Amino acid sequence: MTAVSLRDVRKSFGPTEIIRGVNLEIQSGERHALIGPNGAGKTTLFNLISGRFPITSGEIALNDRRIDALPPHKINRMGLSRSFQITSIFHRLSVFENLRCALLWSQGYSYSFWSPLWRQKALNERAEFLLEDLNLTSRRDILAGLLSYAEQRALEVGMTIAGGASVILLDEPTAGMSHSETDYAMALIRRVTQGKTLLMVEHDMKVVFDLADTITVLVYGQVIASGPPEEVRASKAVREAYLGALEE
Amino acid sequence: MEIVVGSLLNGLVYGMLLFMLASGLTLIFSMMGVLNFAHASIYMLGAYFAYEISRWAGFVPALILAPILCGAIGAAIEIWGLRRVHHNGHIAELLFTFGLVFIIQRGLQMIWGMLPMPYRVPPALDFALFTMYGANFPAYRGFMLLVSAGMLLAIYLLLKKTRIGLIIQAALTHPNMVSALGHNVPVVFTTVFAGGCLLAGLAGVIGGNYLTTESSMADAMGPIVFVVVVFGGLGSLGGCFVASIIMGMIQTFAVVFDYTLGDLLVPLGVSVGGDNLLGEILTVPMARIGPLLPYAMMILMLLFRPRGLLGTRDT
Repeated sequence: MTAVSLRDVRKSFGPTEIIRGVNLEIQSGERHALIGPNGAGKTTLFNLISGRFPITSGEIALNDRRIDALPPHKINRMGLSRSFQITSIFHRLSVFENLRCALLWSQGYSYSFWSPLWRQKALNERAEFLLEDLNLTSRRDILAGLLSYAEQRALEVGMTIAGGASVILLDEPTAGMSHSETDYAMALIRRVTQGKTLLMVEHDMKVVFDLADTITVLVYGQVIASGPPEEVRASKAVREAYLGALEE
Repeated sequence: MEIVVGSLLNGLVYGMLLFMLASGLTLIFSMMGVLNFAHASIYMLGAYFAYEISRWAGFVPALILAPILCGAIGAAIEIWGLRRVHHNGHIAELLFTFGLVFIIQRGLQMIWGMLPMPYRVPPALDFALFTMYGANFPAYRGFMLLVSAGMLLAIYLLLKKTRIGLIIQAALTHPNMVSALGHNVPVVFTTVFAGGCLLAGLAGVIGGNYLTTESSMADAMGPIVFVVVVFGGLGSLGGCFVASIIMGMIQTFAVVFDYTLGDLLVPLGVSVGGDNLLGEILTVPMARIGPLLPYAMMILMLLFRPRGLLGTRDT
């Protein structure tokens, strides 16, 4: 079954076409990596799928339902959750509050603004459970802005999966990490996205080839290759456009 | 001594009034990036509404209805005005609210005329609460303190302890992330804008009869509220509160202390004559420099600490 499908998606900013007719099928349950040189349009593609920018033409569907004209919060409620390239946790809230904020909608409450937070047992229990899962229990009440960088990224991954979305988009989850931090983050991502569909932008080739079932290469707003890691690694076009430059 | 205590109380009253206006403005500014020039105009509307309602139904209905009316107007402005202009960037939003200032002011003048309104302190609150060093402390000022303290507590509880408060705090820094987590950010924006206007209206209701209800009251209040927002720092209600109280105190104390800069130099053994430029400057009484001080402080703040007292990012 197809979780996310893009058909001839195009996006222009002013006269410049950044995404030039992308076709992409992401199967349910697979781990899909999106790679490509800087400026290829990877993050833009994320922004189009998650509804942050409107597309210029084409079609995007989530579980066979069109989502390309919906605002971000509606797409999220339909089961697609994303993280941002620049860490976007809430620095001035505690770690616990960050998780509660991520859980609020999925726990099924409407905006009854008078309802006090401390009474919402299910919400608080779920947040505590997530804390443990992310190994952040000891950090529960400190401000998220004071966490180490790796912990902040872990918290962000946690917030992205918190709402129970079936499709997870991660934008460079290991950027700026040391080797050991990267290993830890990979293990975490592998664990928390179990049984979900994962699409991630990543620059670290080790991470890409270890984690992904399928790799799509984006160059100048177009898909030049898509398939299993070995196939992509062997592709001549990819080596010329991307991998070759990296190995030299 | 009696001057100090009296001025402290008056400065507190004025500072709390400033905070009631500035808190909404700072929330709107830091969350939506909209510098709402019309914020003080809503405050003025609150005072006029309160005058009109209290003529027909008394002060208590005015205290409740006028702020609600202002909140509704705020919601309408956000939904049918700002949201449409938003696509054209911040300059368009700025000009839009700037236009509103004139529309509201001229509109009020067409309906109620140019003269100050006879909006008075309700008789039930028009007595001396206590006498201190021979001077009366009017009960209405006590009432103002009570209302603003209640508002402060309500905002605090709303932001820190409720669901919408959590989302508002989160949206202060990363509205995109909040939206990606499934929250309807436009609705949150409208709520905050309406809430800010409601508070401005409330400030108009309780400030209109303490100060004067006239069509220039927005001009008098607008600039100083901006000073408070910048001085306190974007995205920080705590900073906004401290800045409000400081500005309230400065403006009150500057009026009562009739010293000049020259007087301050006397204990140092320096005396200045009044016949040259330096002497002229040093013999200007504090009361005349007072109104300048907040703006001077804002400029210094922008030069040396652009993010304000407790702000999270540069202005």
